[in-house]
Amino acid sequence: MQENEQPIIEVVNVEKHFKIGDRQELLVLHEVNFRMNPGEIVAILGKSGSGKSTLLRIIAGLVRPSEGTIYYRGKAVHGPVRGISMVFQSFALLPWLTVLQNVELGLEALGIDRDERRERALKAIDTIGLDGFESAFPKELSGGMRQRVGFARALVVNPDILLMDEPFSALDVLTADNLKTDLLDLWESKKTGINGIIFVTHNIEEAVLLADRIIVFNSNPGSIRGELKVPLAHPRSELDPRFRNQIDRVYTMMTTKIQEIGEAQHGGHAPIDIGYRLPEASVAEFTGLLETLNAPENDGKMDLPVVADTLMLDIDELFPLTELLEILHFAKVSKGDIAITEEGKAFVEADILERKKIFLRHLKKYVPLARYISEQLNHHPRHRALEENFISLLEDYLTEKEAERVLHTVIEWGRYAELFAYDYNSGVLSLENPN
Amino acid sequence: MNILRNSFMGTYRARLYPNYWDLVALFLVLGVIMLLAWDARQMSAPYQLGQAIHISLDPKYLPGYALRTVMRMFLALIFSLLFTFIFGTWAAKSKRAERLIIPLIDICQSIPILGFLSIAIVAFIALFPHSMMGPECAAIFAIFTSQAWNMALGFYQTVRSVPSDLVEAADMFHLSPWQRFWRIDVPFSLPGLLWNTMLSMSAGWFFVVASEAVSVSNQQILLPGIGSYIAAAISAADMRAITYAILMMLVVILIYDQLLFRPLVSWAEKFKAEQVGGEREIDSWLVDLFHRTRWFRILGQKMTIFFDAFINIAIFRSRPFMPQSVPWVERHESAVNGVWNVVLFLLALISVGCLVHYIWEYFALSTILHVMYLGLVTALRVFVLIIVCSLVWVPVGVWVGLRPNVARVVQPVAQFLAAFPTNLLYPIVVVLIIRFHLNVNIWVTPLMILGVQWYVLFNVIAGASVLPKDLLQVADNLSLGIWLRWRRLILPGIFPYYITGAITAVGGAWNASIVAEMVSWGNTTLVATGLGAYIEEYTNKGDFPHIALGIGIMCMMVLFFNRLIWRPLYVLAETRFQML
Repeated sequence: MQENEQPIIEVVNVEKHFKIGDRQELLVLHEVNFRMNPGEIVAILGKSGSGKSTLLRIIAGLVRPSEGTIYYRGKAVHGPVRGISMVFQSFALLPWLTVLQNVELGLEALGIDRDERRERALKAIDTIGLDGFESAFPKELSGGMRQRVGFARALVVNPDILLMDEPFSALDVLTADNLKTDLLDLWESKKTGINGIIFVTHNIEEAVLLADRIIVFNSNPGSIRGELKVPLAHPRSELDPRFRNQIDRVYTMMTTKIQEIGEAQHGGHAPIDIGYRLPEASVAEFTGLLETLNAPENDGKMDLPVVADTLMLDIDELFPLTELLEILHFAKVSKGDIAITEEGKAFVEADILERKKIFLRHLKKYVPLARYISEQLNHHPRHRALEENFISLLEDYLTEKEAERVLHTVIEWGRYAELFAYDYNSGVLSLENPN
Repeated sequence: MNILRNSFMGTYRARLYPNYWDLVALFLVLGVIMLLAWDARQMSAPYQLGQAIHISLDPKYLPGYALRTVMRMFLALIFSLLFTFIFGTWAAKSKRAERLIIPLIDICQSIPILGFLSIAIVAFIALFPHSMMGPECAAIFAIFTSQAWNMALGFYQTVRSVPSDLVEAADMFHLSPWQRFWRIDVPFSLPGLLWNTMLSMSAGWFFVVASEAVSVSNQQILLPGIGSYIAAAISAADMRAITYAILMMLVVILIYDQLLFRPLVSWAEKFKAEQVGGEREIDSWLVDLFHRTRWFRILGQKMTIFFDAFINIAIFRSRPFMPQSVPWVERHESAVNGVWNVVLFLLALISVGCLVHYIWEYFALSTILHVMYLGLVTALRVFVLIIVCSLVWVPVGVWVGLRPNVARVVQPVAQFLAAFPTNLLYPIVVVLIIRFHLNVNIWVTPLMILGVQWYVLFNVIAGASVLPKDLLQVADNLSLGIWLRWRRLILPGIFPYYITGAITAVGGAWNASIVAEMVSWGNTTLVATGLGAYIEEYTNKGDFPHIALGIGIMCMMVLFFNRLIWRPLYVLAETRFQML
């Protein structure tokens, strides 16, 4: 980790936008810059949809950046590079090939002859702990064993660096822990010849457990919010107070900035505009979170890592909830803590009908999209509107898929608040209730 | 030491020496090879246009004829596969090629190719003068056109739906396009491709029977085969010969199923990513036999090594270089696309121009209107048929589908019947019509649906058998009456399956109208009013402009009704009635 050494990977001013519609473009990555030095494990941590997977694919040469360049050992990357291997979230194994044939795949592409291929593949299978499964088909294996095949396939080509796209998120907790430990052992033993690992995750514990450096990602557009060094020696223990301390630091970094902007303006969440990418959160979920916060033992305030632990939510599930609570002014998030507001308290202590009324008030006040839909319906002579109109409005700001997702989230809130009704078959929003 | 040696010899012997199963398999393989060799010699025999080929009605020649027919089917299948691999892949990999190939295939699919047969025969005879190869190729071409489009479209769709993570893995590990094709595209699409091929096969049998006896410019060309045997039997009004032919056909289809498709389908099970719950594994005695042999198993291993080498041929290997810049075509992507679109548009414009010019040159408006009227008559037939056929087969299919034990027996039988070329049965119906002096316009109609009704039946069976058990129990629990139960649960539940079956059946019925609206027995020819009869009539006369007009109108009708009725129903089935 000497500072003067040449970086293996250098990401310079990378931007990525996708075309949505004819003229609109959606910015997914904005001014991303970082470098990876030899001997480092780097974690890219962010919420889902923050463009972190896109960044990893740009580094891998699978996706071209719209602007900027990736340098691998000083040379610009224009396509998949020999020397960079990748492990996939979904394992990406060929179901019609045996474990051995799957591992041999990369060697086949290199044009290595049959005997050497077999020998190297068997060795890799041995190293990763898959002995005895050579002739099995992937569908016979459990998720953990499948991902081991993924690792063996990535390692057998003797890569210089290893990229991993949420490699453990499809596995159950125990299997994932087991695989992480084995991976770290392999890395520490220096047997593989890998000079660096970059991995993408939305799991804070995982990032702190594995990485030497964590790059925290912002969403909308994806950009680097900040960087944290994890100065702990391996093996790390989740029970170690210093480990908990690192996790707190990450939560603080992930939540502080929004708060600063918000405080400067309103003393809550910054007001959002009509095309805002509303978080995917249901009424039942955020009510549950508010009830937990309001419970006597918590007294309206909790540490975010504790919330995540108690409710067994990962950040992809937790952050949409906290974001919605902030937008609706039911709670405030700052420096890794969440606290219920007076309005939030009033909401959670009310009965069902009263809750609907409070929610309706806040929805109309703080969510411009809901307000807009209700106004449109009021103005329309028969108080009806097609969902397509709103989707095409949202498509000016979001991708087609996201636009639909956001509208359906708002529709769910609007139905709960009895702000409007919706007919699934015809896609018609209306003010009256269905007969 | 001795024990060691003995056991060594034992394993050695067991490994290398053939067992009884080897003998059985060997005879099978040798037999097939010998028959094919005999057949190939017959195919290239000399032939002159106008020369009469005698087809004997003696049943002892029938197996020989059947073999010729089978060989044609097999060759056509190979060509269809080649076409599928080349054009299906091309369309899936290149956006520009896709824009041309896919609409073309889509149109070809709805063209009733039987009408084009006489044109094809003339072309192929010119290509191979003085040889049987001309008419042979034309027949093979006819079968090819009944299979290739369907197979290529299916292949294209599956190749495009290869999961993106597999594509990315292939990119990451630098697989060359050649390796990618054999390692990913082909295995991924194999189960779907085989299923498609099996279904196309039934259309193929239908066409081979129709194409072995064709008249070109008032001259009948008979290719030795089951189809021409039937044709000969019809003109001789020989009912016994017809019966022989039907029996022979049943045997041939059974053999094809047992020796070719069952083994392939059973083998292709391993290419399915996940076993879907409740799906039965298909077993094949032939696969079991080869698994029990020793020599053939070793041969199989050798084949694997050979296939391995084939995939890794050096010339198709990816080059070990790192691209230093973005390729030219990609940098000018939009410009290249623009030029390509303009070229396609111009081509389309030119062909429309030629077509309009041609039609105005040859035909009066009244002729065109008359042909359109005939088309509407045939369309009416198709609609009535599909309604009648649904009324009969939907209740039967539901009844069978809800009883797994019955379905297990009925399903393969229905599939088998679907493969049977129903044009073999036409003479029987014709005899009945003549005997009882029935109305031709009404009673030839069932002929069109005879072959394709099975699609409705086995799709409905499939739909009914996957109706969730808990929903049926809810219906019992609420003690829904029969009508309410059908309206609220069963009909919506099987709707997507029914629509799939109905669309296939309608397509087949249009095609069958060409042979079904004009049928003969001995010297009697029954002609119904309809577009199919119109096309058939001018085919016999060799009047190409009229054939072209008839086919053109038929294509337009098929496309029109597809867009107007079937596509919206299909979309509705996909969105509204799909079980989660």
